[in-house]
Amino acid sequence: MKLFSVEKPGVYTTFQDLGRTGYLKYGVPASGALDRFALQVGNILVGNQRNTVGLEITMQGPELVAEVDCVIAITGADLSPMINGERIHMWKSQTIRKGQVLEFGRPNVGVRAYLTVNGGFEAEEYMGSKSVYEPAGLGRKLEAGDELNGNPQNQITGIGLFHTEIPAYGREVEVRVIKGPHDHKLSSDVLEQFFTTPHEVSPQSNRMGYRLVSDGIKTDHEGDIISDAVPLGGIQLPANGEPIILLADRQTTGGYTRIGTVIGPDLPLIAQMPPGGTIRFKEISVEEAQELAIDQERIFRIWERIVR
Amino acid sequence: MNITFHPLGEAAVKLSYNEEVSPSLTSRIQAFCRELASINIDGITEWVPAYDSVTVYYEPWTHTYAELTEILEDITAVAIEESHKKMIVTIPTLYGGEYGPDLEDLAKQKRMQHEDIIKIHTNEDYLVNMIGFLPGFPYLSGLDERIAAPRLDNPRQKVPAGSVGIAEAQTGVYPLESPGGWNIIGRTPLQLFQPEKDESFLLNQGDYLRFRSVTEEEFEHILEEVEKGSYEVQREEVSM
Repeated sequence: MKLFSVEKPGVYTTFQDLGRTGYLKYGVPASGALDRFALQVGNILVGNQRNTVGLEITMQGPELVAEVDCVIAITGADLSPMINGERIHMWKSQTIRKGQVLEFGRPNVGVRAYLTVNGGFEAEEYMGSKSVYEPAGLGRKLEAGDELNGNPQNQITGIGLFHTEIPAYGREVEVRVIKGPHDHKLSSDVLEQFFTTPHEVSPQSNRMGYRLVSDGIKTDHEGDIISDAVPLGGIQLPANGEPIILLADRQTTGGYTRIGTVIGPDLPLIAQMPPGGTIRFKEISVEEAQELAIDQERIFRIWERIVR
Repeated sequence: MNITFHPLGEAAVKLSYNEEVSPSLTSRIQAFCRELASINIDGITEWVPAYDSVTVYYEPWTHTYAELTEILEDITAVAIEESHKKMIVTIPTLYGGEYGPDLEDLAKQKRMQHEDIIKIHTNEDYLVNMIGFLPGFPYLSGLDERIAAPRLDNPRQKVPAGSVGIAEAQTGVYPLESPGGWNIIGRTPLQLFQPEKDESFLLNQGDYLRFRSVTEEEFEHILEEVEKGSYEVQREEVSM
């Protein structure tokens, strides 16, 4: 069923679910939503499975005309979403009526918003996922004139998060890092600089990774290691001293020294950082980080039960 | 054995073998991955074998780090059997000309004839140590140092899929059209990555590649068959 026509595509709008599983060993990036929290919440709010495909909307949103009544939610960055020119609530399920126009205005807070729709979107599936990864020809970004199809099922609305449950994205964030695996190759000075100085987000940041400009770091190590798998959130430290945080579209393996890994629960903060924002890193143990991840999973499961 | 574990965030662990890269190590890493695949542990989502390590991705709400490392340690104790067989995949390759634009320069640089370079390149079986960088891209070892060559000073904006190249002491095949600075000496009509197919990938870690020089007619013929989906890739299991 036709859900929306695309009047304007926005700057970079792509289908994303939670990404591909099982193909990293063949060199295929995982892809998937950069802000995994926002996509999963958006799906729960409209009654979908958490892994259902939604639209990831970057900075400047698209203009979509509803072809049928359907239940949507918008989560993630506040890019001033509007229906027929009127601001709508985020992090809340609501109905858009046939003929109404969903559009976005000025980006207020964050970089990436998610549009989820009850029943999900129809999109080409590659290797078990509908996430777009253009460099390998796995789908493409939205273009004007596209039709978005789906299978809306129920029409329950008005489900939302409490204020306190909505993430506080910002231009200055602190994220937690599990050290390693190559931290032993770095001097204690480099490690101290890394964990004490703020790092600025470079404009050359995208779904593959966030490049940081870090005045303080004077590296003294050889930048290269024997190539190994690069995890989500891995922080490379090349010999130029400018760290790169690797994200969903990262290459599966790499040959640069990695100082640590940003923990999953903190990655949405990175995904929502605009260029010029600053990041500080703080060390955390794997045990503490796993407790945070377990808590988050528990909360998702509770919300799922409430909604169903 | 001297395997160590290191957390890569809260949802991945790296097993390091802490020894020199060798065909024997690749074979044990392969055995470990086979074992992981066959016992299918709940909460382990995937794994990536590399030169001297394997990274295992898992759900922290199913296993804590301590539990998981214990499970993996048990598997490493079982998976020590080295294979005495190797799978050889033949890669038909048209060398030189427009498909291998750097063959001539390489021959000049090495003071050799084209034919010598081709002969040396087709004479080895190359081990796939790992797959990464691009979908289906094999990191190969075994290049004869006589034809090793530095990367191009000016990388190309576009290297066609199937291009066979040399960079430093490595040889490789581009699975996709992409930018690249390798010396391109030929092209294979085989497709290393076909996302629309059920079997999307030509190669696995631990396979050996054997390049076979083909004529332009043969290249065109194979290409046609590959595009029709009727080409049978030559795979041969031999004792080591």
